[in-house]
Amino acid sequence: MPSFTLLGQALVSGLLAGGLYGLLGLGLSLSWGLLRLVNIAHFALAFLGAYLTYEFGTELHLNIAFALLLILPTFFVFGVMLHWLFKRFGVGEFGSLLVTFGVAVIIESLIQWFWTADFRRFETPYASSSFKVGPIYVPALELAAFLTATVLAGGAWLWLNRTYVGKALRASAEDAQIAAAFGVNHRAQSYLLSGLCSAFAGVAGVFIALISTLAPSQIWTWLGVVFAVVIIGRLGNPLGALAAGVLIGACEGLAMAVISPAWAPVVSFSILIVILLWQPRWL
Amino acid sequence: MSDHKHQGQRRKVLGGIAGGLLGMAVGQAKAAPAGKPIRIGGTLSLTGPLAQTALLHKIAGECFVEIANQDKGLLGRPVEWVLLDDQSKPEITRSLYEKLITVDKVDLIVGPYGTNSILAAMGVAQRYGKIIIQSSMGIPKLGTYEMQFPASPFGPYPEKEYPGVILDCVASATTPPKSITIVTSKFPSAQFMAEGMREVSKQRGLQVPLYLEYEFGTRDFASIAARVKDANADFLWVGSLGLEGNQLLEALKKLDYSPKLHYYLYPSPGPLLASPEAKNALAQSFFEDHPPFSSRVGVAKLSPMYRARAVKAGIQYTQLDSQATGTYNVFHLLATAIEATKSLDDKVLAGWLKKNTVDTVFGPISFNGPFNHGPGRMLVKQVQNGKWVVVWPRDAAGAKLVAS
Repeated sequence: MPSFTLLGQALVSGLLAGGLYGLLGLGLSLSWGLLRLVNIAHFALAFLGAYLTYEFGTELHLNIAFALLLILPTFFVFGVMLHWLFKRFGVGEFGSLLVTFGVAVIIESLIQWFWTADFRRFETPYASSSFKVGPIYVPALELAAFLTATVLAGGAWLWLNRTYVGKALRASAEDAQIAAAFGVNHRAQSYLLSGLCSAFAGVAGVFIALISTLAPSQIWTWLGVVFAVVIIGRLGNPLGALAAGVLIGACEGLAMAVISPAWAPVVSFSILIVILLWQPRWL
Repeated sequence: MSDHKHQGQRRKVLGGIAGGLLGMAVGQAKAAPAGKPIRIGGTLSLTGPLAQTALLHKIAGECFVEIANQDKGLLGRPVEWVLLDDQSKPEITRSLYEKLITVDKVDLIVGPYGTNSILAAMGVAQRYGKIIIQSSMGIPKLGTYEMQFPASPFGPYPEKEYPGVILDCVASATTPPKSITIVTSKFPSAQFMAEGMREVSKQRGLQVPLYLEYEFGTRDFASIAARVKDANADFLWVGSLGLEGNQLLEALKKLDYSPKLHYYLYPSPGPLLASPEAKNALAQSFFEDHPPFSSRVGVAKLSPMYRARAVKAGIQYTQLDSQATGTYNVFHLLATAIEATKSLDDKVLAGWLKKNTVDTVFGPISFNGPFNHGPGRMLVKQVQNGKWVVVWPRDAAGAKLVAS
């Protein structure tokens, strides 16, 4: 029987890992739920953000905040341009799967061409830092990622539910024609949202660079669990994505502590299957 | 008169010099490889999850080809390596070896990187009766094809022999371990060694308070680290590949825990060496670029060339190591057999290798044991003062074991 300290530590680690899942799933959930675009390139974009953070930090010795200031607007513009391409060529929900898969492969190849397949690690003095709460250690960077995810998900929820643009976006996602009849300019707002989703990928990338060691092929290792997060959290629901990330992270952590680490990957999909069979009203 | 005589002597001297230069040029022309190239086909995982390590193999293979072509080639002909990217996927490896043999019609093939891909390529080689030499099949008993040859001296039963080597090594520490935690990836070659490690540890009377398996590609090691800390054994043995060892160490650091003695099976040498948490970490090796290994056949030319190419390729760890020398040795074995038999016939080459011992970067290698393996020669290396040095067995060690 595992000790309470071990269980508590596994739970905290899992919850914080779930914050990163939620952060990575945020842009994907909004894009899928409100723009009806399944953007697989979101993962590649996050890793591009991670590699740029590495480059800015190790080669140019830029402060993280300054790197973020460069990455966010660049990624926003990239998201707008990508959405313009989707609009220009009439890419639909299922078509977007294929197109964005291609974009992801291109980004992966560009990353490998520029940074090679070799591992890249952004060494920072705070990479391994943690503090103690009772017998439990709380890793600082994972906590920062969790708090950032919470702020961004909360902000996105407020924006979608309390502002005209957010409500208009939700209305367009429900029924674009009726929304247009009420004067909603879905086209302009969709560019804004697409840019924001890409910027969210950039933020996730910064934390990936700070927490993980980078390799081009790791783009694909997040795909399964983040898709599960997005579906469980309900498409287009930023708080749902965060909650689902935390749920999956915590369950994975406990499974690793109580059963075996080998069972962790099964957890996210088991939860997904159970919830899909259960079909709760909020899904 | 004397002027004429002088001019005549000068002509003779100049003629002699010209003749000498011509002779040297002819001599050089004879030594340089000429004619249709000998095409050797193979794949490496240039993309996908194994790309980081395969890149080292690629550089080492290119070094061999360059060294061979700078010399006299093979059988006086230039060597060409037809290299394709198998994307770290065995099913693609299989198709590419079919293509190399049937479409590209290469003269010979060499093995890819990684047990799964090697098994895929081996099936194709067997179907077409091709000799295949490989350097990284960590489960020798799967090499049942009679014309497959291992270039790395795992020995036929590393799961039984190598744990003994590791335990002998750590037993030489001032305070020998009495308990061991075993954490391993479920990647076949790592899991296979971990099971052997558990058996041999128990046979030697060590307690095993924790044996854990995790999936290849696990991202979050926090909970695994919590269990390792909870078990708090004297010796941590990790069946890790690539960066997994680094990830576990970083997770342990966040829990303010440092293992007393720690071992990593197949790590990426550069990142582990660079990690501050990896102080005195142990790992598997066949070769490190220090005496006595650096005086072995071919290393003098290979080592500087490899370093230069690795720097140019943007690789962070540029030292010649086990992985890179593995692929170099694949080519070296094939070349030695070709030159000895003056043949490119697969059966002739395989027959020669089976009967002979070849002097290599890994020492003398023979193929007369089970699964075409000779005796195992697996080493234990350790991070010491910013370098990897072999610490066991004692007769090959470049330094003594240091325990934290």
